[in-house]
Amino acid sequence: MGELRPDLAIIAAQVPPGVRVLDVGCGDGALLAALRDGKGVDARGLEIDGGNVAAAVARGLSVVQGDADVDLAAYPDRSFDYAVLSQTLQTVRRPDRVLDDLLRIGERAFVSFPNFAHWRTRVSLLWGGRMPVTRLLPEAWYATPNIHHLTIDDFRAFARERGVRIEAAWFLAGTQRLSPAAANFRAEHAVFLLSRNG
Amino acid sequence: MVALRRMVSDARFGLARQVRLPGPFPLDGGTALDLLEVAYETYGDPAHPAILVCHALTGDHHVASAHPRTGKPGWWQRIVGPGRPIDTERFLIVCANVLGSCMGSSGPASLAPDGRPYAMRFPVITIGDMVRAQAALLDHLGIAQLHAVVGGSMGGMQALQWSAAHPERVAAALVIASSARHSAQNIAFHEVGRQAIMADPNWRGGDYYDGPAPTAGLAVARMAAHITYLSEAGLTEKFGRRLQAREAKTFGFDADFQVESYLRHQGLSFTDRFDANAYLTITRAMDYFDLSEEHGSLGRAFAGSRTRFCLLSFDSDWLYPTAESRAVVHALNAAGAPVSFVELSSPAGHDAFLLPHAEMERIIAGFLG
Repeated sequence: MGELRPDLAIIAAQVPPGVRVLDVGCGDGALLAALRDGKGVDARGLEIDGGNVAAAVARGLSVVQGDADVDLAAYPDRSFDYAVLSQTLQTVRRPDRVLDDLLRIGERAFVSFPNFAHWRTRVSLLWGGRMPVTRLLPEAWYATPNIHHLTIDDFRAFARERGVRIEAAWFLAGTQRLSPAAANFRAEHAVFLLSRNG
Repeated sequence: MVALRRMVSDARFGLARQVRLPGPFPLDGGTALDLLEVAYETYGDPAHPAILVCHALTGDHHVASAHPRTGKPGWWQRIVGPGRPIDTERFLIVCANVLGSCMGSSGPASLAPDGRPYAMRFPVITIGDMVRAQAALLDHLGIAQLHAVVGGSMGGMQALQWSAAHPERVAAALVIASSARHSAQNIAFHEVGRQAIMADPNWRGGDYYDGPAPTAGLAVARMAAHITYLSEAGLTEKFGRRLQAREAKTFGFDADFQVESYLRHQGLSFTDRFDANAYLTITRAMDYFDLSEEHGSLGRAFAGSRTRFCLLSFDSDWLYPTAESRAVVHALNAAGAPVSFVELSSPAGHDAFLLPHAEMERIIAGFLG
């Protein structure tokens, strides 16, 4: 099996063995397979792309083709220990509702996303005056699946407003782990572990 | 070699089997059959984990062997066989002709206790009755647990019924191009077919077994149904408005168009292999199918289920469209059951599950493990 993407490797390391995990936007099931094979996790997935779902099901994973904006409603409350939303928050139509669903379905949620306030993005926009096309955001504005760009500070404020508790956070530049210091400037990716307050 | 000897010596296993199971065999309609006949085939080593393959409306148990009347290869020969997605070298495959059919299992053409064909005296049956007949067969074969039950179209309904009625016997269910209930449109098309049969003067209230069969009515029923198995784009691609072996329209009602000629051929060749009363009986059973009605809700049908599910639909299938599969998936999600679902792409309409489809084959193999 290939190496996990850095944000998925962080999530895989944090998930305890034997729990129930729903990965929303699971791609070809790389994280699910790692959790199933490495930790005996009851791993399920939701993925919008049919080719990805076929690949995941062909490797014996339980993955449903569906849309996070629509199909999360069918999952009962507290039916998973962890819900995962990796690199998907910025692609959905209603990130706020998807996040509500995530914390309704899972006791806790991992959310990872690209940080639009990374210095390279800022430089590109400030000096180039054009929507950034970087290593992190490789598609042009008209072709990008990312329809809700956000920053690490946006996410922190959003969590505060919605009464969502940030239990832990990890920051990445490439494959490099960063300290939280000036993460909103230095980090390309962030991973948050969330739970509902109270 | 030991396994091979056991296969040879145990007459319950092999091709073209038929068993008579003593009744009474109670039915959902409230009556009972005195005797249950089941025609079936098995492939592979009886010591291996068992997979039950369920056939569609006009299918049969010859899933991977030549049809005795038409000589055509088995209807899922590309899926079932050595090294195939449903691997006969690793699993025991069982396929039974459904109750109500005409290929060797009890149906309207079977002889009633009075020695005459049942005809319309054969009770109206349900998908649940078909599954109970299969369960009785598996009891006879000494198979307590199924590694999986697999089916497309009406076969998928049986797979769903199996997992709702006998969850403890089914480890996995693979449901292709199917639905948990027959829609108004599904019932409507079936009613057209049934009325075509009943309007044939040869039908005679079903008592035609000592005279000419209602082949014209049955052929029309098959023609109407066949259209529902294909997609509009598929028909256009295959036939368009092309004329059949002629240069110009004849200004008559002969089969001017290729699509007419094709449908007439489909209708007529069907009457060589199928019994009109069996067609009435099985279409009725499908129309009565509604898993949520039986259990209060679809979610409750699968409550506490430990069966693994996989549902597949095809984007051009308008007979059992993706929304029907998705409704089942949502119910299974609500019940917390492990479920996979993919909408596959194919121009072939409902029939796609019978045709080559590399992605479908990979998924079947991967899901069955």
